[in-house]
Amino acid sequence: MNIIVCIKQVPETTEVKINPETNTLIREGVPAVVNPFDENAIEAALKIKEKHGGKVTVITMGPPQAAEALKTAIAMGADDVVLVSDRAFAGSDTWATSYTLAQTIKKLGDYQLILCGKQAIDGDTAQVGPGIAEWLKIPQVTFAVKVEIDGTKVKVERMLEEVNEVVEAPLPAVITVVKQINEPRMPSLRGMMKAKKAEVKTMKAADIGADKKNLGLDGSPTQVVKIFTPPPKGGGEILSGDPAENVAKLIGKIKERKII
Amino acid sequence: MSIRVIADKCTGCTLCVKACPFAAITMQPREGTPKKLAVIDLDKCTLCGACVSSCKFDAIEIKAEKESSQDLSHFKGVWVFAEQREGKIQPVAYELLGEGRKLAEELKTDLSAVLCGGEDIEEEVTHLFAYGADKVYLMHHDELKDYKSLPYTRAIAELITKYKPEIFLLGATTMGRDLAARLAIRVGAGLTADCTGLSIDPEKKILQQTRPAFGGNIMATIISPNNRPQMATVRPKVFRKPDKQEGKKGELIKFSPIISPEDLAVKLIEIIKDESIKVNLAEAEIIISGGRGIGEAKNFKLIEDLARELGGAVGASRATVDAGWISAHHQVGQTGKTVAPKLYIACGISGKIQHLVGMQSSDTIVAINKDPDAPIFKVATYGIVGDLFEYVPMLTNKLKEIRG
Repeated sequence: MNIIVCIKQVPETTEVKINPETNTLIREGVPAVVNPFDENAIEAALKIKEKHGGKVTVITMGPPQAAEALKTAIAMGADDVVLVSDRAFAGSDTWATSYTLAQTIKKLGDYQLILCGKQAIDGDTAQVGPGIAEWLKIPQVTFAVKVEIDGTKVKVERMLEEVNEVVEAPLPAVITVVKQINEPRMPSLRGMMKAKKAEVKTMKAADIGADKKNLGLDGSPTQVVKIFTPPPKGGGEILSGDPAENVAKLIGKIKERKII
Repeated sequence: MSIRVIADKCTGCTLCVKACPFAAITMQPREGTPKKLAVIDLDKCTLCGACVSSCKFDAIEIKAEKESSQDLSHFKGVWVFAEQREGKIQPVAYELLGEGRKLAEELKTDLSAVLCGGEDIEEEVTHLFAYGADKVYLMHHDELKDYKSLPYTRAIAELITKYKPEIFLLGATTMGRDLAARLAIRVGAGLTADCTGLSIDPEKKILQQTRPAFGGNIMATIISPNNRPQMATVRPKVFRKPDKQEGKKGELIKFSPIISPEDLAVKLIEIIKDESIKVNLAEAEIIISGGRGIGEAKNFKLIEDLARELGGAVGASRATVDAGWISAHHQVGQTGKTVAPKLYIACGISGKIQHLVGMQSSDTIVAINKDPDAPIFKVATYGIVGDLFEYVPMLTNKLKEIRG
């Protein structure tokens, strides 16, 4: 079972702060981490490998510093990693990103399963996983909370709004996973040593046989025209009084706002 | 594609340095003037455009070389995906029809709904007309009865290719996201996720899509100028459901998609119901959430009682789900659901950033917490520093009293 896991390096959101004077994001010194859902995807891949054998390859598209995220993957137990990095990829939206990752996967070849996190915590789109599936013309199963390999098929439990749904898909397929699927392992000491020494292989646009018109900003149908900070919420009101009074006040406020 | 700083216009003010989310801009001295010059490190730059918006002197520009390869003039009309589950159209579809109507009027075009389902789905068509659709494209097929990615993508892609809409809106539900992401690649459309605002550029007549990024800390406005349809997903409850006009009629267009055997590769085996869900969180107008402060599983009953009294849904923080007090379907936050109800009452929730990003867009937020320094109070419209075990039952009883 050869598994490819697609990950993204993201800023740690717990550290994102707003500068109160300029009302802009303070990003300096914010640590970059592996997108949390992608850690679950790595964990799911390692578990499948432990049961069925095979190889886990972790790939990411990003700037040169995204190699750090791949080192985390090695430390967790990934067999191989590839950094897909080129100036030509800058400005990619989800359309161009899924194309680039799909091209890389085609180039790597020989895979039975592709795992991704359900979405990245910085963009929150959940579009790249299904996008890769479409480019590769293979089925997608999103929001997986349980994945079981059964020969040439995979049985997946999907977590939806109110119910869970069990589906069966032929391999190869793209599966995106939710947080609830597992608890990602901590990197082992041996893994960290291995990661430290590991050389991260880089593939550029020319290496993946990509059609230039589908890459980066030029290959992206969407364009960001404006970025702004949302108007700050008006300061809240603390209700201070005895409990009965507070409850009455609160109900009054809710009624005033025509909620009930 | 390129980004550049126009040296003559740059005053060295450093606004762009602060705006850059990727720390890619530095100020460098230049000869003959004390004014520094912004220099962009192209290895770090992702061309996100934050600096362009921040610059007060129009000194930074991003240029895309791409021109439209499609003839866009054939694409007309605003479409809405009429999401149905178990044969019932979901409220988000009506909300989108309300918003779609405004866009259609701006563009002087018509509004259509796309409905897929089994044989019995035709009964639902009247509702779509009543909520404002001028046309309904109806596709029935046994394989479209329940949602599956591949047959739905096939059917709707065929419909888009034939009828060429300029805008296509879908709910940002698990179904809408799964479908839109695949469909956009197949039809070559730009897709923006989770929009909270939609408008039409009055000159260019294109769709401006505004959405939160970085957990709602910044907002971005996005366009898809050269591709059609312009696709967007919108979360339930962002837009209001329009008034229903009983008896309103429209044009029904039946379409038979050709679904191929390979579209049937993924099989639905079973649906596992979660009996603890009484009201769908994503669709709820009111949500009452419990956090670590509730102490143990059985105390969720207090939250449930209040939720029942208010006709709301029960939410939960990650800590309570991890502790096994409640099922993960209730979890609000970064790793759970993002919600924006009219009223969110957080009980015993401290308000870590991962929770806040999932609920801070709610209209009215009430926080009840013992700790006056809990971060939840920073986003609360009304805060009560106190014991939830005292307040929650009191609130429930008071509401009961008023009602009875």
